[in-house]
Amino acid sequence: MYNAKYIIPGILFFLALALVPVVYNMGHQFEVKPELPKDQKECVLPTNEMRDKHMQLLNEWRNEAVRDGSRIFVNAKGQKYVKSLTNTCMSCHPDKAKFCDRCHETVGVAPYCWDCHNLTPNQKSPIPPVASAATGGH
Amino acid sequence: MKNSRREFLKLAAVSAMGIGAARLGFLGDAPAHAAGLPTVGNYEEGLKAKHWGMAVYSAKFTPERIAACRKACHDEHNVPDIAGPKEIKWFWGASYEESFPTEHGHYLSEEVEHRQFPLLCNQCETPMCVKVCPTQATFQRPDGIVMMDFHRCIGCRYCMAGCPFGARSFNFQDPRPFIKDFNPHFPTRMRGVVEKCNFCAERLAVGKLPKCVEAAEGALVFGDLSDEQSDIRKVLREHFAIRRKPDAGTSPSVYYIL
Repeated sequence: MYNAKYIIPGILFFLALALVPVVYNMGHQFEVKPELPKDQKECVLPTNEMRDKHMQLLNEWRNEAVRDGSRIFVNAKGQKYVKSLTNTCMSCHPDKAKFCDRCHETVGVAPYCWDCHNLTPNQKSPIPPVASAATGGH
Repeated sequence: MKNSRREFLKLAAVSAMGIGAARLGFLGDAPAHAAGLPTVGNYEEGLKAKHWGMAVYSAKFTPERIAACRKACHDEHNVPDIAGPKEIKWFWGASYEESFPTEHGHYLSEEVEHRQFPLLCNQCETPMCVKVCPTQATFQRPDGIVMMDFHRCIGCRYCMAGCPFGARSFNFQDPRPFIKDFNPHFPTRMRGVVEKCNFCAERLAVGKLPKCVEAAEGALVFGDLSDEQSDIRKVLREHFAIRRKPDAGTSPSVYYIL
């Protein structure tokens, strides 16, 4: 091979560089602790399902509420909830920064729900009080 | 405890500061809206109809009453207050000529000629906006309401070109800084989305009449056009009513009693 003395160390250096994040995070467990509501024990679905599928659930809720006019969600236990991001989700999880953002910022997603939806049913002004890079960065 | 009084006073001072801070407007104090958060029970009692329609007693409308209805509607739906060509309107007033340009009333009674007519989305039976929308963001519900799914709107404005009544507005800019009386229960829109009157579909769902009907004090009659016994059919039986631009062929569900 021509120039092996340059190419092989070059490849090794590149591999080392590419693997730095993997090695750096090895042994660390991925853990995000969002602040849970103090006065509520359970969510509309079991916690694991909410963690994995809240985006699908919200998408279904919006289609069913807006397009079909079906605005009541019944979970497996037969409990009924209003399909509403601001009025149902955010009345239990009132602090977006301590609940939504902790995960979203860690995994690097920026959902644009807050461009239109209000943070809580008690919000006083239309501008979200916590200005964050996560809002509207799409 | 030697310092108990001192400690108590310190604690009292800190608590007083805390309570004082909590009273600051931006930290708490939910607005009046918070009292009426709709519950599952409210949604179970939603109003249902085969074909929602509205009758307008146009003689009862003064510019002041139109303004009152407009304010009620716009506050309820967080419609921004932007002056000029970028205006966003769900409910507005216009002259006879603007409202009924195809009626050619040359020798009108002066009273009718100078009357202001309340205008809103006509919730047409065969809506042009639905036909031209490429993403189906605008769609017609089985009960006749022409709805918008703001999530799907890509802002192409075909619907604005298609609507013969100018009932749709485009958000040229972020509407949030222009919202004065804010209702936290209804979302705002974002830049690049078309919006219009939705016959208060979100209020019908909790068993309430549209906001403008409440504010109009009887000058607007709302009800089921397919039900012969309904108030609106009774009103339309007893009075001569016209619809806007019949030659556009869209069959509005809003009837004007002259």
